[in-house]
Parts: sequence; C-alpha cells; structure tokens
Amino acid sequence: MEHCDVVLHLTGVRKTFGPIVALRHMDLTVRAGRVHTILGENGAGKSTLMKILAGVQLPTEGDITLGGKDFRPRTPQEAAAAGLAIVFQELSLCNNLTVAENILATREPTRMGFISDRKLVAQARALVAELGLPLDVNARVADLSIAQRQLVEIAKGLSHDARVVIFDEPTSSLSDSEAEILFRIIDKLIAQGKAVIYISHRMEEIMRLSDDITVVRDGEYVATVEKDDTTIDALIAMMVGRRMDEIYPPRLDVVASPSDTPVLSVSGLTRKDAFEDVSFVLKAGEILGVFGLVGSGRSEVMNALFGMLPPDTGRIEIDGAEVRITSAAQAITQGIGFVTENRKEQGLVLSHGLRPNVTMAALDRFSGRGFMRSGPERAAAEGEVKRLGIRTGSIETVTGTLSGGNQQKVVLAKWLATRPRILILDEPTRGVDVGAKFEIYRIIRELASEGTAILMVSSELPEVLGLADRVMIMSEGRVATTAPRDTLTPERVMTFATGHVQ
Amino acid sequence: MTDTTTTETAGHSYLRAMIRQYAGIVLALLALCIIFSVTNDRFLSLANFTNIFQQVAVIAIAAFGMTWVILLGEIDLSIGSIIAVAGMVGAQVIGLGWGFVPALVLTLAAGAVLGLFNGTMTAKLMLPSFIVTVATMSIYRGLVSLPTGGAPAMNMDPTWIAIGANSFLGLPIIIWIVVVLFLVNHIALAHTTFGRKAYLTGGNREAALYSGINVDAMKIKIFMISGVMAAVSGILLSSRLYSAQTNAGMSYELDAIAAAVLGGTSLAGGVGTMVGTLIGALIIGVLNNGMNMLSVPYFYQLIVKGLVILIAVWLDVRSKQRQG
Ligand SMILES: Nc1ncnc2c1ncn2[C@@H]1O[C@H](COP(=O)(O)OP(=O)(O)OP(=O)(O)O)[C@@H](O)[C@H]1O
Ligand SMILES: [Mg+2]
Repeated sequence: MEHCDVVLHLTGVRKTFGPIVALRHMDLTVRAGRVHTILGENGAGKSTLMKILAGVQLPTEGDITLGGKDFRPRTPQEAAAAGLAIVFQELSLCNNLTVAENILATREPTRMGFISDRKLVAQARALVAELGLPLDVNARVADLSIAQRQLVEIAKGLSHDARVVIFDEPTSSLSDSEAEILFRIIDKLIAQGKAVIYISHRMEEIMRLSDDITVVRDGEYVATVEKDDTTIDALIAMMVGRRMDEIYPPRLDVVASPSDTPVLSVSGLTRKDAFEDVSFVLKAGEILGVFGLVGSGRSEVMNALFGMLPPDTGRIEIDGAEVRITSAAQAITQGIGFVTENRKEQGLVLSHGLRPNVTMAALDRFSGRGFMRSGPERAAAEGEVKRLGIRTGSIETVTGTLSGGNQQKVVLAKWLATRPRILILDEPTRGVDVGAKFEIYRIIRELASEGTAILMVSSELPEVLGLADRVMIMSEGRVATTAPRDTLTPERVMTFATGHVQ
Repeated sequence: MTDTTTTETAGHSYLRAMIRQYAGIVLALLALCIIFSVTNDRFLSLANFTNIFQQVAVIAIAAFGMTWVILLGEIDLSIGSIIAVAGMVGAQVIGLGWGFVPALVLTLAAGAVLGLFNGTMTAKLMLPSFIVTVATMSIYRGLVSLPTGGAPAMNMDPTWIAIGANSFLGLPIIIWIVVVLFLVNHIALAHTTFGRKAYLTGGNREAALYSGINVDAMKIKIFMISGVMAAVSGILLSSRLYSAQTNAGMSYELDAIAAAVLGGTSLAGGVGTMVGTLIGALIIGVLNNGMNMLSVPYFYQLIVKGLVILIAVWLDVRSKQRQG
C-alpha cells in the first residue's frame, strides 16, 4: 500500500479526572488515506481520547505526534491550526443562531471588523453544497431536528482544512439515507489522502467504512486489526470480553391479558406544518415501531402525544376515553412516559447527580407529604444503575461527566422509574454500545410482556424491524403505511419512507 | 458516632462533601474575623457578635428569598423596594388602629402580592426577570411614598417595636427569627419535593418541563417567596428604625445577591444552598461591622465589599473549572 504513511501516533496516553481513570493506557497509529475506527463499550474512553486530540482536554501522561511533530494542543484553536478537525459526539451548537452562523462560528468572514452577513451565508452555503448536506443555512438551529443538527455539526467540523478528521458517533441520530451522505463525505476525504478517525456503535457501518479498527476496553488499548482480517463477532468479543450470539432478545409472551380496547388510539391527528391525519392504535403489550426519515414528523407526533406540541385537530383516546393532553404533567398522570430524543436538552439536568435525574419524572413516588424520601430514592437510583449497567462512580456522580451512552441509559432509567403504561421511546439506544443495546431490548420486551404499550421511534431500521410487532412508516408528516413486521423488508420500508409508493 | 459501617462511611462522605463545599467561604469568614479581632479588641466579644447577627438578619432573610430566585436562574432586583413597601404597609395598618396581628398579616401579604406580580410577568409574559424587576424596583419604590407623600411614617405599634428591641430566652428576637427562617428555608430546599423541583427547574428548564414539572408555577411561587422574605426583612428593619422610611432597604438587593453568590449559589441556576447563603450573609455582616468599628469611610467599604465579591466568585469559578 502506498498510503501507509503514519499521520498521527499516540503512545501510553493516560487521562484521569481526580480519582476517575478515563484512559488507562492508549496506543494508536493512524495512517493517511485510511478510515480508522475506534471501537469500545460505553465509557471505554473513546470520546475522552478524541477530546485530548482536539485540544479540549490535556492528557495526564503520554506522547502524541502529528505528522512526526510533537502534538500537545492546549486549545481547540491550536489543534485546528495543526490540522485536526473534529465532529463532537455531544451537540455543541448555539440554538439561537442560524445554521450559517454556527457552521462558521469563530471564523466569520469580516469586513472592516464587522461580520459580513452576505459573505457568511455565501460561504456556509458553498460548504454545505460541497458536502452535499440537505440544509438551509438561514434556518435557526432551534427549529431543526436532532438529525439536522447533527448534519450542521458535521458541516461545522469540516469547515476548515485538516489532515486528520475525527467523527465521534456522527450517525447515532441519523437514519440510513442521511448516513449515506456522511459516508460519501468520508470517501471524499479519504480520496484526498486525509486520515479519518471514526467512532460508532453500529457494527454494520463500521465493517463497511473501516480500514483499520482499534478496540479499547476500560480505557486500555486492546488491539488494532485490519477490517479484512476480522468479523463483527470477533470484534464484539474483543470489545466486551465475551461472545455475544444474539443481537435481539427473544420475543416474550404477553403475560398481562390484553383487553380488546386499545390502550392508545389516535385518529386524524393534525398539526399545521408538522404532521397530518395521523391515526393508529396501540394495544397493551404491543410494540409499535415508528420509522421515518428526517422531517417525516415522527418526533413531532410523539411530542403531541406527550402534550408538548398541541395538535390542531384530531382525537386521542386512552382506554377508550377521549383525553386532552396539554402538558407533560397531564401525560405523566395518564401513565405516559417519553424517552426523548435529545438527552442533553430535554432529558437530563447535566449539572446534577445521577440520583435526582433518575427520579425527576416520578417525584411523587419518592416522596410523602411533600418531603423527599431519600431511602427509596437512593434504592431506585442504585437499582437502575445495576439493571441498565450504567458505568458510573456512584449514584451521586454528575451526569454531565458520564459518557454519552451512559447518559442515554440515565434518560431511560428516569422514565422506567415512572412505571408508565404507555412508553414512548424516541431513539432509545442512541449512542449505546452493542452489549447495552441487548440489555435495553430485553427490558423493552420485558415491559411489553408485562402489558406496557410501547411506541418506539428509531432511525435504525434493523432495530425497528428486530423489535417491533407492527411498524408505522411516516413520510412527510403523513402515515405512509402501518403493517405487521413480518410483511416488511428493509427495502419495502425504505420505499414507503421515501414516499415512492402511492 | 454510628454503629454500622455503612452509615458511618455515608456519614463520612457526607461530612467530606460538606467540608469540600463550604471550606472556602468558612475560611474566608474566619480570616475576616481574625483580621478584625487583631485590629480591634472590641470585635471579639459576645455583645459585638450579637450585634453582627442583628445587623445580618435583614440581609440574611432577604438573601434566603434571593437564593430561591437565583437557584431558578432568575434574579429579583425589587426586594430593596419591597422591604420599604413592607415597612410602610405595616405603619399604615397600625395607623388605622387595627392592631399588631392584622398589620403583620397584611405586610406579609403585600410582599406576596408584589412577588406574585414579578413572577407572573416573568413566567406568563416570558419577560426576563432582570428587566421585570428593574422595572418593579422603581414602581415599588414609588408606591412607598403614596400614603405619606415621601415622609417617613412614625406611627408604630409597641409589639412591632419589640421585635427589634426585645429578647427571648436571652437571645434577641431578631436572631430567633433568622434561625427559624433559615431552618424553614433550608428544609424546604433540601428535603421537600418543592425544593427538588426548584433545583431541577434551575438546572434545566426544558428537562424539568418534560418531566411534568410546572415550571411557570415554580417561578411564580418562588418570586412570591422572595417577596415574603423581603417583607419580613422590611418588618425587622422598620422595627429597628422605629419608623417606616421611604428609602429603607435601598440597594439591599445587592447585598442579598452578594450573600447568595458568596455562599455558592450559581447565577446560571440549579446550584446553591441555604447554608452557603447564611455563611455568605455573615461574611457581609462581619465585613460591614468590622470596617465600621475601624471607622473605614463608607466609600472604602463599598470598594472592599465589591472586591471581596469578585474574589469569591472568581475562586468559585476556578474551582469548578478544575473539577470539570
Ligand atoms: N469531565 C469528566 N469528569 C469525570 N469523569 C469523566 C469526565 N469525562 C469523562 N469521564 C469518565 O471517563 C470515562 C470515559 O468516558 P468517554 O466519554 O471517553 O467514554 P466513551 O468511550 O466515549 O463512551 P460512549 O460510547 O458512551 O460515548 C467515563 O467513565 C466517564 O464517566
Ligand atoms: Mg463517547
């Protein structure tokens, strides 16, 4: 191979946060013109390593060279100047600014000291067009869906020239067709001779994209293998330290006897510019998958059911009786739980510990006569940490310091603690590793078998098809079709989702 | 101290957390006390400390209310004016000859109503509380003078005066009031669902909303708490001054904010404790008292107080950066 020149080289990198060891000992050799994937469980230290490279955090120990020269960036600006670009795992956009302003933040074109709006928009538009991203650069970020924000994040990361480009879980909230755009961008970068570091928990795309794969476990380097010399099973075994045979746990029989009246029945739900004439029914113990591309209105419908985005017309019935839900509090009283897509903004109080986050939607269950009961609260938090395998120092650890996947598990824990009758899951396994995914799937199945009615939105098609009993496919704010899972193939779902079927 | 190892370690880690949290400001308080006791031999006496506590009372109580507000990520600049309104309402009701208890109740109600107005404007019209309370600071200050046309009101009830002048079980009544209100606010914040909701709303409003917390109601209630606490401060102040002055409580909002922030309450919301605020108020009280005893001119006092606040906030920010 001609492109084998080493661009980035790390040896013995260590990073501690007080008593917490995030990276024990990390080695890595990244070559130009190749995609190098870092694979590891939630909390293994992948993002920490990338933050060190990006100049966000300083390593406690270790040597790094970039292009043969010593590399120890103290600020993101230094790292960028040295030729490193990064798309962060956690969205870091300013919601009240436009897409263009975000993409070119800190690099705004100026005229006589003033930001030139016209040039800013033109530059951002050119960049977005070159990358082939379906984005309106004048839109305000606050109005975008999570997936669209992720695309903005990608454009922002790639807004300056670099030798090494890092993508930290860029696809965790993208559906396949948007991911394809990203893959094309990566192909282009590789063709230009750049090195790409890629992090993901989606095994299929890792096998498709990668040239080299480095496995990390508990902050420690395990091995680097070439893609062609390995298999998904072998990688997972290296990553979790044991074999995993199944990705989806077996379907369980519904224990609770389902009555014939559906738990939730929605008809003609409409909200201008968001969704139109959405109807479906959901029975106890059933898992209804909801699939749709970005902009299909799937998350908006979920928000409407939860009282956060009132519909203009339409009827919602719970247990056969019509209900008006105009606030989250009412939804929760009706027994609805909602694992939101955006964990940072709608899910967690990042500055607070894990315990208050787990119990925040079910305060009534953990209090008596207005006083918090710390015993049950602590027990619940500890129980969820164990059940979901949340990797944390203690139940008092500040959630903002947890790894992305572990934060996701805390959001899930929070809604499980409300013991909902109807559970809405919007991207429940976003950023969660393979092993933990299996656990979450198992819990979802278990809840269903106990009679919980489950609505699951996911942009991961295999997840929808692997878990749901029936699938509702949305396209441009409308229900394209609702069909039992065994009548659907990935191709059929995609034709409905892209609106190619009338 | 306990018989099982688990509670003992829990107790230890709790103690450690307490020490880590308050070590900085307690040290600052001690340092001030040492400086003042070296430079003035009258400083370190029981009489002087009783005096300090009495002086601190008005600020501390207003600061308890302010802590709730800041915790929510809001600010209440109108409390100085509410302090004055409270004194005036009390004096007017007493002037009508209705007696002590109705005066007390109506004064507290006035605080609640003014807080309700702040909260409603902030929550329902979605105006920033900074703007709303800058405006009401001026409005309420104007209201004070309505009954007397700008003159102080001197008609005071003997019981009203006794609050500031008398003692109960050897301690001034004012100190009893501070202690009781501290405990009430501390317990409400640290141990009730209401306090928990305040922390969560301040920490992340949107997540709180999605968790079924009525964040508008929280805002309104907390501005009402702030108003009532300011009214209590106003009662104490007018009682000690034997009158309701129209310029009473002027710029007290700054001391209350300073006390809360010195005590570790984050202006970003979601972080803070009543214990911290009490210590913060004591720092300000000791600073005022010590400098007065040294006859430091008022303008130097202002400069020193400002610098102390800056240093405290800077230390706080720095320690958080190091943790993060
Ligand atoms: N600022 C911090 N303070 C304390 N601990 C931290 C901090 N940042 C990261 N950690 C800890 O370091 C460990 C590694 O976290 P990191 O985010 O690197 O994991 P990750 O491999 O990216 O996981 P994921 O797949 O979930 O994104 C975790 O245990 C995390 O809790
Ligand atoms: Mg990560």
